[in-house]
Amino acid sequence: MSKSPATRELARRERPLSPHLTIYRPPITMTMSIIHRITGGALYFGTLLVAVWLMAAATSQGAFDWVNWAFGTWLGRLILFGYTWALMHHMLGGVRHFIWDTGAGLEKHTASKIAWATLAGSVVLTLVIWVAGYMARGA
Amino acid sequence: MSGNKSNDMRTPMAKVRGLGSSHEGTQHFWRQRLTALANIPLTLFFVGFLIALNGAGYAEVRAALANPFVALVMILFLISGLYHMRLGMQVIIEDYVISEGLKLATIALSTFFTIAVGVASIFALLKLAFGG
Repeated sequence: MSKSPATRELARRERPLSPHLTIYRPPITMTMSIIHRITGGALYFGTLLVAVWLMAAATSQGAFDWVNWAFGTWLGRLILFGYTWALMHHMLGGVRHFIWDTGAGLEKHTASKIAWATLAGSVVLTLVIWVAGYMARGA
Repeated sequence: MSGNKSNDMRTPMAKVRGLGSSHEGTQHFWRQRLTALANIPLTLFFVGFLIALNGAGYAEVRAALANPFVALVMILFLISGLYHMRLGMQVIIEDYVISEGLKLATIALSTFFTIAVGVASIFALLKLAFGG
């Protein structure tokens, strides 16, 4: 079906657009929602690290030493540090969803505060875990 | 059969079952939440276990994993965590993969991945638990 001249004229005319991603300041709840999904996706593939570690421990000294070495390199530690943060952030994000499930914490400013709290909490927990880990090792 | 004047095309049986057009109702949501709840204590245990084991050698790690309580909780952690992540990945795929065929294929692949990781990990744990 061909459009009438009037319809074409309407389509051509400059019309106001609603604010879009490029000029939109994302609220913290939106950012945390996106990060929740990203951390979930990262944890999905992170299970490979757990599987590799368990299989190495069940296989041989050589395999275990190799995995231990790989996890201990600076890149390995960086990945494990990121894994720890993703785990903590996703866990706290999940707790946030449980709070919302009860109907509480949905008011705009409260939701923003909880969102900031999950971010702060995940960073603190990650640091606590790594400090505790290094203290347990005594290094 | 009822006095309902709306254009509800559902059969009385469908209304009773309450499963909706997906045929599974709230099952996905409910299992996602159940595993999420279970994951909290299981994850905390796993993290604590790793902190305690940091720097431990081959023999020490094997002995720790062979402990029946540790092995049991680790297996629960794996099952709950993997089930949860498969549900989550399914939603991600459903959101971003438009083509119906590719959608089904990636969800199937994700299921295979989940099961492969789970079987490999649990087999390793059982091997350690039942004598190396």
